[in-house]
Amino acid sequence: MSKSVVIGVDVGGTFTDILALDEATGEVRVAKVPSTRGDQSAGFLNGIQAATDDLGAVSTIIHGTTVATNALLERKGAKAGIITTAGFRDVLEMRRRDRPTTWGLWGQFTPVIERQNRLEVAERTLASGEVIRAVDADEIRAAAKTLLEQGCEAVCLFFINGYANAGNETKAAEILRAVWPNEHVSVATEILPEIREFERCSTASLNAYLQPVVANYLARLEERLASEGAPAEILIVQSNGGVMSVDTAKVLPVRTALSGPAAGVVAARQIASAAGFENVITGDMGGTSFDVSLVADGQNTLTSQASIDFGMVIRTPMIEMTTIGAGGGSIAHIDETGLLDIGPQSAGSDPGPVCYGLGNDKPTVTDANLVLGRIDSRNPIGDKLTRLDSEAAAAAIDRHVATPLGISVQEAAEAVIRVANAKMAGAIRLISIERGHDPKRFAAMPFGGGGALHAGALVREIGLAAAIVPRFPGVNSALGCVMSDLRHDEVRTLNRMLDSLDCGALSDMIAEITAASQEVIRRSRASIEGLHAIIELDMLYLGQTHAVAVPIPPDAGALSIEIIRAAFDASYRRAYGRLLDDIPVRVLNLRLSVIGQRPHVDIAGLARGERADTVEACHLAEQRIYADGDWHDGLIIDRLRLPEGAIVNGPCLLVQPDATTYVDPGLVARVDKLGNIIIEEQG
Amino acid sequence: MNSPKMDPVTLAILKGRLEQIADEMDATLFRSAFNPIIAEAHDASHGIYDARTGETLVQGKSGLPIFVGVMAFAVKAVIDRVARDGGVSDGDVFIFNDPYDGGTHLSDFRLVKPIFRDGEVFCYLASVGHWHDVGGNVPGNYNPQATESFQEGMLIPPVKLFEAGVLKSDIVAILSANSRLPNSLYGDMNAQINALDLGHQRLSDLLDEYGESDVSTALTLLRHRADRMMRDHLAALPDGTISVEDYLDNDGVSDEALTLAVDMTIAGDRLTIDFSRSSAACAGPVNISRSTTIAATYVALKHIFTDVPANAGVLQPVDFVIPEDSFLSVTAPKPVGGYTETILRLIDVMFQAFQHVAPERVNGCAYGTINALSLAGHRRDGSRWVMFSFFGGGHGGHPEGDGLNHGNAPISTATIPPLEILEAAYPVAFTQWALRPDSGGEGQHRGGLGAVYEIELLEESATAFLFGERGKFAPPGVAGGGAGAANRFYFNSDSPAAENGRDSPPLVSKMTGISLKRGQRVRLETPGGGGYGDAAKRTDDQKQRDLAQGYVTTVSRDRAS
Repeated sequence: MSKSVVIGVDVGGTFTDILALDEATGEVRVAKVPSTRGDQSAGFLNGIQAATDDLGAVSTIIHGTTVATNALLERKGAKAGIITTAGFRDVLEMRRRDRPTTWGLWGQFTPVIERQNRLEVAERTLASGEVIRAVDADEIRAAAKTLLEQGCEAVCLFFINGYANAGNETKAAEILRAVWPNEHVSVATEILPEIREFERCSTASLNAYLQPVVANYLARLEERLASEGAPAEILIVQSNGGVMSVDTAKVLPVRTALSGPAAGVVAARQIASAAGFENVITGDMGGTSFDVSLVADGQNTLTSQASIDFGMVIRTPMIEMTTIGAGGGSIAHIDETGLLDIGPQSAGSDPGPVCYGLGNDKPTVTDANLVLGRIDSRNPIGDKLTRLDSEAAAAAIDRHVATPLGISVQEAAEAVIRVANAKMAGAIRLISIERGHDPKRFAAMPFGGGGALHAGALVREIGLAAAIVPRFPGVNSALGCVMSDLRHDEVRTLNRMLDSLDCGALSDMIAEITAASQEVIRRSRASIEGLHAIIELDMLYLGQTHAVAVPIPPDAGALSIEIIRAAFDASYRRAYGRLLDDIPVRVLNLRLSVIGQRPHVDIAGLARGERADTVEACHLAEQRIYADGDWHDGLIIDRLRLPEGAIVNGPCLLVQPDATTYVDPGLVARVDKLGNIIIEEQG
Repeated sequence: MNSPKMDPVTLAILKGRLEQIADEMDATLFRSAFNPIIAEAHDASHGIYDARTGETLVQGKSGLPIFVGVMAFAVKAVIDRVARDGGVSDGDVFIFNDPYDGGTHLSDFRLVKPIFRDGEVFCYLASVGHWHDVGGNVPGNYNPQATESFQEGMLIPPVKLFEAGVLKSDIVAILSANSRLPNSLYGDMNAQINALDLGHQRLSDLLDEYGESDVSTALTLLRHRADRMMRDHLAALPDGTISVEDYLDNDGVSDEALTLAVDMTIAGDRLTIDFSRSSAACAGPVNISRSTTIAATYVALKHIFTDVPANAGVLQPVDFVIPEDSFLSVTAPKPVGGYTETILRLIDVMFQAFQHVAPERVNGCAYGTINALSLAGHRRDGSRWVMFSFFGGGHGGHPEGDGLNHGNAPISTATIPPLEILEAAYPVAFTQWALRPDSGGEGQHRGGLGAVYEIELLEESATAFLFGERGKFAPPGVAGGGAGAANRFYFNSDSPAAENGRDSPPLVSKMTGISLKRGQRVRLETPGGGGYGDAAKRTDDQKQRDLAQGYVTTVSRDRAS
C-alpha cells in the first residue's frame, strides 16, 4: 500500500479544519469538526478520521496550531525561570521603557516569568566580545536548584552581550542541561544570537514559557496518531509560513506563535499565483478580527518582530499581518463624539451576532449584512443554527444606530457596512499604498467565514484590480498547511563597518550556517524537491539605529565590499529615496533562511466535483438585496456547481457550505478554471 | 457654534485617512532618522495645521505628545513671518528652532511646509525632531547651568530651507557648522524632508479624491467634536476652584525650589487655569515659554480625558492666566533647555488638581523627570563620543491597578535604546540595569517602580552631566496614595569630599563637569510613581506578592522627600 495522502490540519478557536490531498490521484477531501478545548489533539484526530478512510495511507500531516497563540494570549504557559548576568534580572520586565497607549497612563505589564524566578549569576562579556568575568559552574548549578525548588518546569538562559561572544552562555548551557531534569532549556543565543537584549531575552523567555505546553501537546499528538496506526511524519507550520519538524517545534515553540493565520496566507499566495495573480492582498475575516497580509511578486511579506500583546515581544521572522477589530461579530455603536464606529468590542461566535438568537442584542457587522439581504437567512454557515433572525437584527440596528442617527434601518445597516469596509480598506492601505504599492496591480483574496461578503466593496473602495474568492474560503488555512515549504531561519550579529568587513570570513559564515540549516531540514525526513537559501544583511548608515534589509543573491559569487555597497544603495533608495553619500555604512546582522521545497500541490484538484451545465441550473432562489441606498432584485446561486467560465452579474449571493460571496450591483463574477470566483467591475 | 454638515460615514472615513497621513510621516522619520533620540525615543512629531491660525488639525499617534500642542505655535510663527515678509510659494520649506515662538527648546528643529491648492495655501504640514547636538556649551544641549539661551545652542528663526522646491545649501552649511555632530544633523534633516515629501504626496492624493471642500469641512467638524466633548466632560464636574502646588528642586544655578502653582476654576463647561502663584522667571534653564505652558496643559488634559480627539478643539473651552514675569512665560534670551522638567511638573500638578473633582480619572504622579544623562569624551583614536540618553521611572498607581514599572515620560512615547546598542557604540559597560525596589508610592494601588542604572567607564577619561529633577520633592500620590521615592544620582570621585569615593551633586539632581576615569561609575536611581488610594485598602495578597517578587523589601522604607 502506498502512502500518498498528505493532510493539512488547522485548529482554530471554533473549528478544526482538515484538508486531505491524495498526491497519487489528486483527490481532495475536506472536513470541518468542532475543536476540542483543553486538549486539541482529540479534535485533531476526529478531523483526520473524518477526512480519510485509511490512516495507514497518510504519509505526512502538516499542522497549523494555535496552542502557542492561546497560551500567550491567555497567559497559560508553564512556570519558568531565568538565569542571567548579575545586574540584569529585570531586563524582561523593564522592556524598552514603553507604555501601552499614547494618551492615559494606566498601563500594566506582568512578565511571563515572575521576578522571584529571575536569578543572577556573576559573569560578564563586553560588547567587544571580551569576557571580563568567566561563568562559575557551581553558581549555575545552585541557580538551577533554586528554580527547581521554586517549581519551575522550564528555564531560560540569557547573558548580556551573548550575541558578541556566546562563550559564557554556551558553557553555562552545558552545565545547566546536565542538571536540569527535562528538555525545557531555552538558551537565548541559540534562539536569537542578535544584538538588543530585551528582544532577545523576551523571545527566549517566551520560548521557555511555551516549551512545556507545546512540547507536551505535540507529544500527545504523536502518541494518539501512533496508537491509531498512523505512523505519519508530522510537520508544524511556523509564523513565517514555512514548516518545521515536530522535533524542531518542541525546541523552538516561539516560532509557532502565528502558525494558523500564516498557513492561510501561504495558501492564498499559491492559489492567486496559479490563477495568474502575483500581487494579492489577503483578508482573513473571522468573528472578531480582520487579518490582512500582502503578497508582492508572488512573495509573502515577512516582518522580523511582532508583539503578541503589550510587552510580549517575539523577534523571529513572521508573515507580516495587520489585524484590525472588524470581524463579523464586531459591534456597531455610536461613539462619544456621535460618530458611528465598529468594534473593537465583538460578540465573537458565541453569543455571536443578534441574528443568532443566542443572547447578544447589540448589532454586529453580520447583522447589517443580513438586514441588507447579503446573507441568506435560511442557510447559515456551519451546523450550529438552522436559520438567522432577520427581524431581531433589524430591531437592534434600529435601536442602536438608525434612531440615534435619524436614518432608516437599511441606511443604517449600509452605513455599518461602509464603516466596516472603510476600516478594512484602511488596513489594506496601510500595508499596500502606504508602502508604495499601486493598488491597481493588486487583487484582494478574501477568506475565512466573512471575507467574501466584503470583497467587492474593497475592490471599489481601494481601486484594486479584482477580488479572487478561492474555492474553499473556509478551509483555506488547512490548505495552506499542505502547501507550505520547509524553512529554517538563522541570524548573526556582525556589527562591522562595511569598509573593514572581512568578506572572506562572511562567505565562510554563510556557507557554514547554510550547511547546518540544510541539515535541520533534512532531519525532518519530509520529502523535499530542492533547497535554496535567502540571504539578507541588515545595514544602516553610521549613526542610524534602524537598518534596511539588503538582499544578497545566493549566487552573487565571491562577496566584495563593492557588491554589498551596491546592494545597500539599491535597498536604501527604494525605502527612503535619498542616499547620503559621504556617510559610512555599517553591517549589523546577517539573516539567512534555508527553504526546502515540498512537492508541488496541483490546485486543479480542488476544482473537481459535480458541475451544472448552465448558470441557470445553479439558481436557488430570488433575493432582495439593498445596496447604494435602494433595494435591488437579485439571485441566490449555488456557487460550487457553477460551470467553469460561468459569468454572473451583481447583485447576487454565491452560496456554499463554508462561506457566502456577495457580488455588488455593477460588479461581475466569473468562475476560472481552478474554481475560483473572480470579481471585477463590469465592462 | 456654526458647524458645516457632512454625513457621518464620510467624516469617519476622512478622519481615518487624515490620521494615517500623519502616522505615516511619523513612521518615515523614525525609520530613517540618524540620532537615537528620534529613531528610538520618538522625540519627534508630525501633523496637519490650519492655513490661517496654525491650529493643530490632525496629529500622528506615535509622535511626542507635547508637540501636539506646541506645533500649532510653531506653524503660527511661520504664518506670521509670511504675513510680515511675504513671498511664500509652492515648494517652500521653512526651518527653525526658536523656542520662544515655537515652544520647547533649541534642540527641536521644526520643518514647516505650506501645501498649495489652486495657488493658495490649503494647510501646513510640519515635522519636528530633537536633533542630537545644536552647539552651545555642552554636547547634547541639556546644559543645567545655562543662564542665557546663547549657552544652549544656535537659535534659528524661521528661514527657508527650500525655496520653490530648491534646497538652499548655504542654510545647510550654516546649520552643520554649528553642530558637534554634523553627520547626525544632516541625516535627521533629510529624514524630516522625507517625511514632509511623503505627507505632501498622500495629502494631495486625498484632496484629489475628495476635494478641498469636503476635507476642509471634515477638519472643521473634527475640531468642533473635540471642543464639544471637552465641554461635556467639564460640565459633568462640580463647579469651583481648586488650588494645588508642586515644586521643582532648583533651576540648576542656585539651590532654591521653584513653585508651580495652579488655581483651577471649573464654571459650567469652561475651565480657567491660573498659574499666577507660580515662581517668577529664574536664572537657570527650567523656564518655559507661554506656548510650551499651554501645550503641556493640553497633554495633561488628554491624559485625563483620553477619549477626546487630539486636536486644537481640546483647548477651546480653556482659558489661561499666565503672568508675563512668570517662569512659565519667558522670552529671549532666558534659558529654556530643561523645559521637559517643568512641563512634567505641570502635568503632575494637573493630576493633583483633578483628583479633587474626578478621582476616577486620574493616577498617581509619574516619575516626573527626563533624567538627561550625558557621558562624553574622546576615544584613543581622537574621535569624539557623546552618549546622551533619557532614562525611565515608575508610573503612578491608578484606579485599575498598580503603576507601570519603568515607563516612559508622560510627555513622550519614547523607548529607551537597548543597553547592548549603547555598549557597542560607546566605551561604557552597564553594571546594573534593574528595577528599583521600594521606589513605588504606597497606596491601594502601588506606584510603579523606578530603575537603577549604573554605568562604568571603559576609556581613560570622560566628563558627564545630569539634568534631572524630583531629587527633593518626590512624585506625589493621589486619592490618598503615598509618594514614590525621590531621584538619586551618585558618581565616583577622587575628591576629598566624597564618601568612600562616591559623591552626589550639590544641587541634588543637576550637575555638569563630572570627571570620570577608567573604572569609575555613575549611578542613577530614578523615582517610582506615586500611589493611588489609601494604602490601608491594599489586600494582604497584594502585599505578600510585592514581598515575594521583591518589589517591596522587608527592610523599612527610607523615603527621602
